[in-house]
Amino acid sequence: MRGYVLRKLGQTVLTIFVVLVLNFFLFRIMPGNPIRILIRNPKISAESLQRIAEQFGLNRSLPVQFAYYLRDLFRGDLGHSFVYRQPVLDVIMEKLPPTLLLTGTATVLSIIIGIVLGVIFAWKRGSKIDVIGLSLSLVLYSMPSFWVGILMVMVFAVYLHIFPIGGMSTPGAYYPTIWIQLGSLLRHMFLPTITFALILIGEYVLIMRNSLLEVMSEDYMLTARAKGVSTRNLLRRHALPNAMLPMVTLIAMNLGFIVGGAIQVETVFSWPGLGRLMYTALTGRDYPLLQGIFLFVTVCVVGANFCADLLYRYLDPRVKS
Amino acid sequence: MALLEVSDLTTYYRLKEGYVRACEGVSLRLEKGEALGLVGESASGKTTVALSLMKLLPANASIVGGSIKLDGRELVAATEEEMQKIRWKEISIIFQGAMNALNPVRTVGDQIAEALKIHEKLTDKEAWQRTRALLERVEIDPDRVREYPHEFSGGMRQRVMIAMAIVCNPRLVIGDEPTTALDVMVQAQVLQLLQHLREEIEMGLILITHDLSMVGEVCDKVAVMYAGQIAEYGPTEEVFTRPAHPYTRALMAAFPDIEGERELASSIPGNPPNLLYPPPGCRFHERCTEAKAICREAPPRTITLNEHHYASCHLLDRQVESCRA
Amino acid sequence: MLQTLVRQDRLTLLKKNLSGFWAVYRENKMGIAGLAILLFFALMALVGPYLVGYSSEIGGAETVLQPPSAAHWLGTDDLGRDVFAGVVVGSRISLVVGLAATLISMVIGAVIGIVAGYYGGKVDAILMRFTDVFLVIPWLPLMLVMAALLGPSLGNIIFVIGITGWAGTARIIRSQTLSIKERPYVERARAIGSSDLHIMVHHILPNVFPLIFANTILVAAVAILSETTLSFLGMGDPTRMSWGMMLHFAFEMGAVSFGAWWWLIPPGVCVVLVVLGFTFVGYALDEVLNPKLRRR
Repeated sequence: MRGYVLRKLGQTVLTIFVVLVLNFFLFRIMPGNPIRILIRNPKISAESLQRIAEQFGLNRSLPVQFAYYLRDLFRGDLGHSFVYRQPVLDVIMEKLPPTLLLTGTATVLSIIIGIVLGVIFAWKRGSKIDVIGLSLSLVLYSMPSFWVGILMVMVFAVYLHIFPIGGMSTPGAYYPTIWIQLGSLLRHMFLPTITFALILIGEYVLIMRNSLLEVMSEDYMLTARAKGVSTRNLLRRHALPNAMLPMVTLIAMNLGFIVGGAIQVETVFSWPGLGRLMYTALTGRDYPLLQGIFLFVTVCVVGANFCADLLYRYLDPRVKS
Repeated sequence: MALLEVSDLTTYYRLKEGYVRACEGVSLRLEKGEALGLVGESASGKTTVALSLMKLLPANASIVGGSIKLDGRELVAATEEEMQKIRWKEISIIFQGAMNALNPVRTVGDQIAEALKIHEKLTDKEAWQRTRALLERVEIDPDRVREYPHEFSGGMRQRVMIAMAIVCNPRLVIGDEPTTALDVMVQAQVLQLLQHLREEIEMGLILITHDLSMVGEVCDKVAVMYAGQIAEYGPTEEVFTRPAHPYTRALMAAFPDIEGERELASSIPGNPPNLLYPPPGCRFHERCTEAKAICREAPPRTITLNEHHYASCHLLDRQVESCRA
Repeated sequence: MLQTLVRQDRLTLLKKNLSGFWAVYRENKMGIAGLAILLFFALMALVGPYLVGYSSEIGGAETVLQPPSAAHWLGTDDLGRDVFAGVVVGSRISLVVGLAATLISMVIGAVIGIVAGYYGGKVDAILMRFTDVFLVIPWLPLMLVMAALLGPSLGNIIFVIGITGWAGTARIIRSQTLSIKERPYVERARAIGSSDLHIMVHHILPNVFPLIFANTILVAAVAILSETTLSFLGMGDPTRMSWGMMLHFAFEMGAVSFGAWWWLIPPGVCVVLVVLGFTFVGYALDEVLNPKLRRR
């Protein structure tokens, strides 16, 4: 087990390193003078350009630049945002909690509902519920995430006026008690969370259903039935523990998709998180911020994958030895 | 009263194209402590009979006729809840290829103890004690009780299956090709074990196999199945030395004698019939070297050859005109 | 002489395989539905723009943001342009970008997959590490960063989507190659001294091709979603209308608050239909090529 952990850790570190290198080169091999991209002031004098070049270390050789780059990274220096005029890392940290709140809630919700629905559809395989459910999941899966958000806003916020159009709080609102504030937060959170959950559910349902169907056709299920195990326990104690294993891997693999979804949903709902931040950085051509977010998010995803790998190993006894 | 009495059992599988008549008019009888061998080619219906006895058929199969009486109690009409109580406590089964028959994410001891906890109201501690004792009986180190199936070899897993099958001291155990995937030495061990257990607890045994030599060693009676029907049925020694049905005779011929002259083992040319559309007459007639016209047209009756020996063949039917020698 | 004979044989074999394949495929309802959808949109993309004549003329104030009517089947957008025409014209860009990007992904994925599977050893290990990295990296942030640095243009979007979408294909092709590599005809080819390149192109590639094709269909679905998303987020080419660009403008111009559902819904519905079309065909192909799956 320990050998496996070390090996996976090594792979993870290697992956992160490749990402760092990729990030470094992306910026520098893109067309256009890097300095001009940084400054965006066409009227700047040549001397100022020189000074700025020195300041950013851009007139040194590539390996040296890379060394500085790594050093800065280890210090937590991801650069300076143009738009916010603050260190990139600070901006990211500020916008991280809303994203975690939204993404975390939606993911937990969709996993639970996905598993429950997947079990129901598998158990009632071929029935009307199954067919309808599968079709809906497939259709949901084919919709662009932002479009689902747009539909939700149009129906529930604009047409029905039940929920606010966006944001995490109403501008200029006054909250006399913490409960009212919490209520407001929930009202603002409802649509984005449901939207996000809808997007994720489709895939979870499909995978859970398929996983359970495969498990149910295994020989050991027949043995359990032969032993006289009750139908409820057949599902709970024999089928589910086996069927849940692929879900762990799937959720890990899906993290990249979740990030993509977060960017879209937060943009549509003006939710002040990392996703929206990336959109703002995009439209403002704030390259340091853009790359900083990319790096941060990617490292998080790679790290999470590593944890999921360990979790899977821990859960599956076949793999423990 | 016989331990097991099966009359005219008929089981069909429902496919998109129609019904597969996997098991047609099967009748058997087993006394307490007896061992019955059920032999036949692959897809002759042996497993279907086994699954029917325990009512473990898949969703698209059902028993369409006949009766199964265990100790006089009718099983065909029993509900699923009733069967859940009968299964394992009265009849248990050892599946072929225990590779996948054990749940990979639960320990071996856990799976054996589970059967005990369902059928006998034992505490955890008692159940584990019984489990350990049982593992010892099947010659597995009882300290391995908390290990997972993949940590055991194939032969050991089969022995775990056997332990699990007898844990509730059932009246009848069905062994569906219990030794097929094992090497010869382990086979012998497993068979010996089954014999000991039979003697100890007066357990009935139905041994499903295509290995005639095993049947000869272990079983008191043998039923030969072909294409879902019983071709011949009787005491092992008699069926082996004086086979009446042409199929049985061909089977015997296919097993070379270890003594005597060296000769090529003969095989039976052709393939078993498609049970979706079985032939109207005798199901074996297409491959039978002695088939007559009537064999193609009408299904044969079950002829009583002597007190316990039956066969299903027109050639033996003295009432059939065209078969008079 | 032998070569031409072999080539002829291959052609008849191909024809026979294709008609046999079609006979099975025809049975698959999902596959037929998917094919119908794709044909519809292909027709729309090819012929539509000529029939519809999308005018970039900006209408007067009265024609702005009109709901559907007899004159404008799907209403007008914020500049008074006909939404229905926009959808038809947009189909061309959306489909072309999606398919072009898919082509790039497919080629990269197939090459890496075959090479890694065939050579094995260190080459395989390095290529697979590289592939794994691309599998792990979240796709949208990467595409956004690249698109932002490159600038919004059609070519750039195609490049960005193509160069990020090959990892899954590479893995699948690689495992297929691994099993084909052991087959007798490959060993024979090696024994008679064929070059590695020759074997890869003439023996492995034809056998892997059905799998590549089935996988490509599913990649195309993702590519179209990617283009739509990138365009929506502002990375598309503003001079070329695609479904994603329509949604981008609609959102930016406040169509949501205005309630201009006729502008927001149709482009999205088209995307969903096309993606479903590709998905159906992809699943159907999977079933046809892999008979084990058929009785699910």
